[in-house]
Amino acid sequence: LRQAKYKERGTVLAEDQLAQMSKQLDMFKTNLEEFASKHKQEIRKNPEFRVQFQDMCATIGVDPLASGKGFWSEMLGVGDFYYELGVQIIEVCLALKHRNGGLITLEELHQQVLKGRGKFAQDVSQDDLLRAIKKLKVLGNGFGIIPVGGTYLIQSVPAELNMDHTVVLQLAEKKGYVTVSEIRSSLKWETERAKQVLEHLLKEGMAWLDTQAAGEPQYWLPALFTELYSQEITPEEAKEGIP
Amino acid sequence: VKFDSGVLLLSTHRLIWRDQKNHECCIAIPLSQIVFIEEQAAGIGKSAKIVVHLHPASSNKEPGPFQNSKYSYIKLSFKEHGQIEFYRRLSEEITQRRWENMPTGQTIQVNKDPQAGRIRAVGIVGIERKLEEKRKETDKNISEAFEDLSKLMEKAKEMVELSKSIANKIKEKQGDITEDETIRFKSYLLSMGIANPVTRETYGSGTHYHMQLAKQLAGILQTPLEERGGIMSLTEVYCLVNRARGLELLSPEDLVNACKMLESLKLPLRLRIFDSGVMVIELQSHNEEEMVASALETVSEKGSLTADEFAKLVGMSVLLAKERLLLAEKMGHLCRDDSVEGLRFYPNLFLTQS
Repeated sequence: LRQAKYKERGTVLAEDQLAQMSKQLDMFKTNLEEFASKHKQEIRKNPEFRVQFQDMCATIGVDPLASGKGFWSEMLGVGDFYYELGVQIIEVCLALKHRNGGLITLEELHQQVLKGRGKFAQDVSQDDLLRAIKKLKVLGNGFGIIPVGGTYLIQSVPAELNMDHTVVLQLAEKKGYVTVSEIRSSLKWETERAKQVLEHLLKEGMAWLDTQAAGEPQYWLPALFTELYSQEITPEEAKEGIP
Repeated sequence: VKFDSGVLLLSTHRLIWRDQKNHECCIAIPLSQIVFIEEQAAGIGKSAKIVVHLHPASSNKEPGPFQNSKYSYIKLSFKEHGQIEFYRRLSEEITQRRWENMPTGQTIQVNKDPQAGRIRAVGIVGIERKLEEKRKETDKNISEAFEDLSKLMEKAKEMVELSKSIANKIKEKQGDITEDETIRFKSYLLSMGIANPVTRETYGSGTHYHMQLAKQLAGILQTPLEERGGIMSLTEVYCLVNRARGLELLSPEDLVNACKMLESLKLPLRLRIFDSGVMVIELQSHNEEEMVASALETVSEKGSLTADEFAKLVGMSVLLAKERLLLAEKMGHLCRDDSVEGLRFYPNLFLTQS
C-alpha cells in the first residue's frame, strides 16, 4: 500500500510541475508578444541585433530556429526569415554545383543570394547565412561549413571531406590553387598523401587540373576563382535548383 | 508666429531651430544678422526668453518662413530650461564673431564665391547634425531593445530550468509518467525551442504537431513524387513545401521529425536514409531495388555511365542518380572505375560471367 502511495505521490508531483510549466509558458508567451510588438522590426532590420539575439538564446540553451511552431518563430518571425533563406541557399548551391563541385565561398554565396532576393528584400548578413546553413545540415544533403583563411567554404554535396582535405583547401585558398610541392613544403606530407587528397578533390569536381602550368601541374579550386568573376546564374543552371 | 516645441542649436555661424516632432522643419538665422540680444526673465505664466534683435534682411536672403516682417526682432522662448546657458553661449559667439574668420568646415563647393561657399558648407553641417540626431535616437531604440531582450532571456532561462527539473523527475520515476504527460511535456519544449533533456533530441519528435504535419505531407507530396519517379531528396521536399507555403514555413527539423513518423502512421510515403547520409522520401509503392534492375539495363546498354550521364538519360537529379548507382554497386550489379576523370559505373561482369 505504501509503495502505491509513493507512486501516486510521484505522479501528482509531475502533474503539478507540468501544470506550473503550462502556466509559466502562457506568461512567457505574453512577455514575448509584448517584446515582439515593440521590437519585431529590430529583428527583421538589424543583422547585429539578430546575432545578439541568437547568442543569448544559445547561452541559455534555447534554439529559436528549432521549429516553425515554436513561440520565437511564430511571434518574432525569426523562423520564416531563416527557413526561407535556407531555401534560397539550397537553390544557389544546386545551380552552381556543376561549376564548383559543391564548394562555394561564403562571399560568393552571399552575393548570389542577395541578387536572388532582389532590391527590396531585407538585408541578409553572412552570419545569417551561416545560421541558416547550420540548420540545413539536418536534411542530410551534406551541408557543411569549412573554415579557410578567415572566411568559410560552404559544402553542399555529401562528399567525404576529412581533415586532410580541409587543410589542403585552406592552403589553396591563398592563391586559388595549390601544387604538390607546396603541400609537401607547407604541410610536410609525403607526395603520396598529397596526391591522394588532390585526386579526391578532382574526382568530386571540386578541383580542376591545369597541366599546362609552368613548372608542375596546378590544382585550381573553381570555388575560389569564380569569386573574382562573379558570374550570373544562367537560366539552365537555375532550373537545376527548382524541383 | 507659431514655432513650438523644438530644439535650438547654436553653431559658430548660425542659430538653428528644429521642430522636435517633424525633423524636416528647420529654420536658421545667420549670426551675422544679430545686432544684439537681451534676456527676459520668466514670470508667472511666462517663460524665460531671449530677444534677438536683427539687422534688416539683406537682399540675397535665403527663402524662409517669412520674406519680411514688421518686427526687427525674434523671441526665443525657453519653456523648460536652458535659457541662461544658451544666452551665455550666444553672447560669446556674437562677441567672438568667429564666422568672419572661419571658413566653414567641409566645403565640397569649388566655387570661389565666399558667400555661396559658406552657405553650401553650412548646409552640410546641418545635414550632419540631423544624422547625429538620428543616430542617437536609433541608439536609444537599440539599447531599449537590448534591455528588453535581456529581461526576456531571463524569463526564458527560468523555463529552461523548470524543464530540466521536470525531466529529472521523469528520470527518477523511471517511466512512470503517462504517455499523455510525455506528449504535453514535449510540446512545451517545442514551443520554447528547448532540447529534450531526457532524450537529447531537440525538443523531441512525436508531438501532435509532427503527426499532423506528417499527414499533411503525405497529401502534398503524392503527386510531386509520382512525377519524379517515386523518389525525392529531403532537400527538394524542403524547398517544395516551403515555397508552396509562403508563410509559416517549416524548419528543417520539423520536416525531418515529421518524416520520421511517416512509417509508423502507416502513410503511403516513407523516409529512407542512404549510406551516404542522403535522406529521401519514397512512395511506399516505390521499390528502389527494382529500379536498380532497370538501372543495370541502362548502364549495360551504354557500356558504362557516370552519375551525371545516367541522371540526364533517366531525368533524375544527379544526387539521386548517384545513390541509385551506388545501391546497384552495393547489390553487386555494378562495378566502379574511380579515376580522376570521374566515377564511372560498369555492369559487374564478375557476377554475370563466370
